[in-house]
Amino acid sequence: MFNRRTIVGIAAVAAITISLSACSSTPTPAASGAVDAKTATSVSAFGDMAGLVKAANKEGALNVIALPDNWANYGKIIAAFKKKYPKITVNSANPDGSSAEEIKAADDLAGQDTAPDVFDLGPAVALASTAKFAPYKVSTWADVPEANKEKTGLWVNDYTGLMSVGYDSKVIKTAPKKLSDLLGSAYKGKVAINGDPTQAGAAFAAVGLAAIQNGGSADDFQPGVDFFQKLSKAGNFLSLDPTPATIASGETPVVFDWSYNNLAQAATTPNWKTVVFPGSAYGSYYNQAINKDAPHPAAARLWEEFVYSPTVQNLYLAAGAFPVQIAAMDKAGTTDKSAQAVAGKMPSQFVSPTDAQTTSAGALLTAKWAAAIAQ
Amino acid sequence: MTVETSPPRRARRLVSVSPSVLGLTPFALYVLLFLAIPTVLAVLSGLFDAQGHFTLANVAALFAPDILKTFASSFWVSAVTAVVGAVVGALVCYALLGMNPQGALRSMVDSAASVLAQFGGVMLAFAFIATIGIQGFVTVFLRGLGIDIFSNGVWLYQVPGLLLPYIYFQVPLMIITFMPALEGLKPQWAEANATLGGTRLTYWVRIAGPVLAPSFLGSLLLLFANAFSSYATAAALISQGAQIVPLQIRAALISETVLGRSNMAGALALGMIVIMVVLMWGYSALQSRTTRWQQ
Repeated sequence: MFNRRTIVGIAAVAAITISLSACSSTPTPAASGAVDAKTATSVSAFGDMAGLVKAANKEGALNVIALPDNWANYGKIIAAFKKKYPKITVNSANPDGSSAEEIKAADDLAGQDTAPDVFDLGPAVALASTAKFAPYKVSTWADVPEANKEKTGLWVNDYTGLMSVGYDSKVIKTAPKKLSDLLGSAYKGKVAINGDPTQAGAAFAAVGLAAIQNGGSADDFQPGVDFFQKLSKAGNFLSLDPTPATIASGETPVVFDWSYNNLAQAATTPNWKTVVFPGSAYGSYYNQAINKDAPHPAAARLWEEFVYSPTVQNLYLAAGAFPVQIAAMDKAGTTDKSAQAVAGKMPSQFVSPTDAQTTSAGALLTAKWAAAIAQ
Repeated sequence: MTVETSPPRRARRLVSVSPSVLGLTPFALYVLLFLAIPTVLAVLSGLFDAQGHFTLANVAALFAPDILKTFASSFWVSAVTAVVGAVVGALVCYALLGMNPQGALRSMVDSAASVLAQFGGVMLAFAFIATIGIQGFVTVFLRGLGIDIFSNGVWLYQVPGLLLPYIYFQVPLMIITFMPALEGLKPQWAEANATLGGTRLTYWVRIAGPVLAPSFLGSLLLLFANAFSSYATAAALISQGAQIVPLQIRAALISETVLGRSNMAGALALGMIVIMVVLMWGYSALQSRTTRWQQ
């Protein structure tokens, strides 16, 4: 097992080296007909967009993983892809999986045609797994700000949400105006966060938001842990994992989650309202990456081109997530105004932790979280 | 589950018909490939770090206060549900003994027990959320009567909340495992006891008790292991804090915020195996004792 892992590691390094060196040499012209999609680092390797579509159609399938239908509009995004490229079957595996499970699936299924082609990963997992990615620069590469991409295209930010609180306005009559409102008796046994912060990115961000709203920072999550400890002591904290079903049934009437998830919930629960507290907002970009062992390498690259097209970037926005190309789209006038109305303006004070900050906050949570919320 | 399969007889049959051991080969191979090898690999992974170097750091981390606490939680939940399940299940078995073995009620309880013993995981968790969750119909009904079962906080989604769902599958499991042993009690023994002037108490303390003790303790151990290794029910109910060991293993394997702990999962599995080995050793020591009483 360990030997295999080591070998995979060596293979990964080798593959990256090879693909990087492929980068520097002139790409094989599409005219020759023999394009190696696995090493293509931009659409020009296929000649043009039509060449890429042709190669992807020939593969006939695309495996995506951990994309829930009601998460950042992924249901609509996949449907739009199917409509635009009807010859490609989209196989969506384990929609509720975590980022770590995406990478685990790529390891476990390596070499099989069911392995994931593309990933949508939280920052910690993306930065730790770069050896598994194939570098690729989409045609709109220049529209993605420098800080939001790895310079060879191993990973690229796609969208961010803001940490928000969703609540059932039938149960909670007056909207919470600040975080400390949640400590009141009206919220007894009602407040849940989306997952365990030592495991799930969204829950981690909930603690992060509580930290920066209570005098902490991305470097200091302790005030966030203290807040949830107070919430738990007050009997307000619910340790059930909220899902669209628990929200619809009223089991979890107040939920910390990404703004796009809370906004999406309103479609099934009409009384569901979303609040982003004033002051510092907390966000975290997700990342697109291509599996270097993708069983459908051309389709994977076509998916990336599709994700960074204005259609999909506007679909993210319509779900309440801020797409990474929003500034360029505003300039070009391709931003969908009705989508912009849903998401609102990007807040001016926006905190997003770096890799090192994520690691140290993770260590703090591992040591303190379970004890903090034990009743 | 018929009278024939009383433990002593089965043991004798195994010894006397040795060529039939060959028939075990497919099963043995299956156990080796899908149980023994994966277990060894999983546990070994706890002795290496993410780079594949040998380390005892993961095993040492088992003694961190928060991990010890999850072991304690796992242990007491399993112990309480095993004891309650074993006692209640044994009483049900005793009640069933008085019934016609071919009767409708008896076969109904038998088949219901066989089905419910396997009713676990997400389905069971949701059955409990739907009945005694915050919006569950029993909770809402009781609230209408002025009784709030969650007045001291919502315990269903904490470790104590595991007790009811676990007992729900422990009792039927006890019924199907303990019934054959009770059926093995011969009426002649009770008659002999009565003839020699023994009371009902002496019958249970000196005859039935010692005869049943090994199977009762064996069933208790099975129930303990059953609860100790249960994962899906707890995973569906408890989202925060990974409060029992199987949930710690999940956290170590799939976390997207705290990375590089996947080898810790192997060490946690090792810890669970050590506890089971100690218990089984205790059980076999006890059993050699009870065998002496039986002679």
